[in-house]
Amino acid sequence: MARRSGRWLMALDVVAGLAILGAVYMALVYAPDAANLTSENEIKAQHIFYFHMGCNVASAIGLFTSFVASILFLVTRRRIWDSIAVSGVEMGLAFGIGVLASGSVWARPTWNTWWTWDPRLTSAAVTVLVYVAYLMLRGAVEDPGRRARFAGVYGVFAFVSVPITFLSIRLWRTIHPVVFGAANPDSQGSFGMGPNIRLVLMYSMFAFTILAITLLIHRVRLELRREEVEHLKEQLAA
Amino acid sequence: MNYLRQVAAIVWKDVVAELRTKDIFSAMFVFALLSVLIFQFAFDLRVENVKQVAPGVLWVAISFAGVLGLNRSFALEKDKGSMEGLLLAPVDRSAIYFGKMLGNVLFMLAMEALVIPVFIILFNLPLYLPGVLLVVLLGTLGFAGVGTLFSAMAVNTRAREVLLPILLFPILVPVLISAVKLTGGFLDNIPLSENINWLQLLVVFDVVFIAIAFMTFDYVVEE
Repeated sequence: MARRSGRWLMALDVVAGLAILGAVYMALVYAPDAANLTSENEIKAQHIFYFHMGCNVASAIGLFTSFVASILFLVTRRRIWDSIAVSGVEMGLAFGIGVLASGSVWARPTWNTWWTWDPRLTSAAVTVLVYVAYLMLRGAVEDPGRRARFAGVYGVFAFVSVPITFLSIRLWRTIHPVVFGAANPDSQGSFGMGPNIRLVLMYSMFAFTILAITLLIHRVRLELRREEVEHLKEQLAA
Repeated sequence: MNYLRQVAAIVWKDVVAELRTKDIFSAMFVFALLSVLIFQFAFDLRVENVKQVAPGVLWVAISFAGVLGLNRSFALEKDKGSMEGLLLAPVDRSAIYFGKMLGNVLFMLAMEALVIPVFIILFNLPLYLPGVLLVVLLGTLGFAGVGTLFSAMAVNTRAREVLLPILLFPILVPVLISAVKLTGGFLDNIPLSENINWLQLLVVFDVVFIAIAFMTFDYVVEE
């Protein structure tokens, strides 16, 4: 059983790796330059946008998974959901930091600054901090049952707080480009989305989705192994 | 009705304990004063018009002092072993949550009732406006609503006091933003209709997070 699921997972690894390689090619080579940007640096930096959105999707998948798993843990009390929740947070956090880093690299040539306290940036940073707090909370509780309960409760709070923090974006004026839905007239460095750009974007979000799911499965397996080792150690000590 | 009396009994227990020791209140009040003082020195060097930063200073002082008070809320129960007594009492667990929360709201309001006059004197601002007081009340409610639950968690961790602000502040960002915006709006005589979104955000935050805390408190205190 374990070996067969291992083979499936290996196939998924290969698919995810190829998909990401494809996304690199699509973003850097295939994707056309944005038409309305003028300076060389801005045009080049715009290509990071595909990874920025990809990380965003992957991060959202991880954090949403942890939210659902947290609720399911509190309802069912089955430890597997706690393992999934912590895995989702760790993966979502890693990609969340990727969103911030790629955004900064893009912002430097476009906005002429690495960081600005724009509400959208602020809420992304707050989200990262919320989930850092989640991991710190887990680290500070020794009893596994209590750790799972506290983490479940905080996981729910953390995820619900994200959209409420995000709401403040719409209330505050923002300079962050909005490429989906209504464009933001005050945004700086915005670019129109031609059909090719949209295609590359869709593809790279798809590739990051596969990568996110693959990493999540690996992380959950790792967590289960870790718990097994902890359990065996306790048995040996007893 | 019975439920309300149970909640009131827990609030009353905290108030009596506090009136006898004055532990929480004195620490919060002095700490809030000190942070106002530090801000006064820090900003006086750089800021032209103190009025612009006053709402922010007020809310930072309230938040920092509030965390100090919230930390004591369950630390006292835990250290004296009265938490077990509370949990054994034949009341719904949520009554304990609301009792502790309302107690914390009362302590914070008492602290604010003394800090705000000091603020009015030091910064020469009309903070007694009814709008500002409403914002203080709503902000304190959201702060204590989330903070009471997290305080019950933090007290059961290895890090204890250190962990509470780390858990609390990132979740409370919307409260801080909207409270500062609204306070500033009232001070600048901006009509409320322009800032109504922020008031709605504050109310939504209070309702949503107190509801979640009410639902999840059982999981935090169970042994």
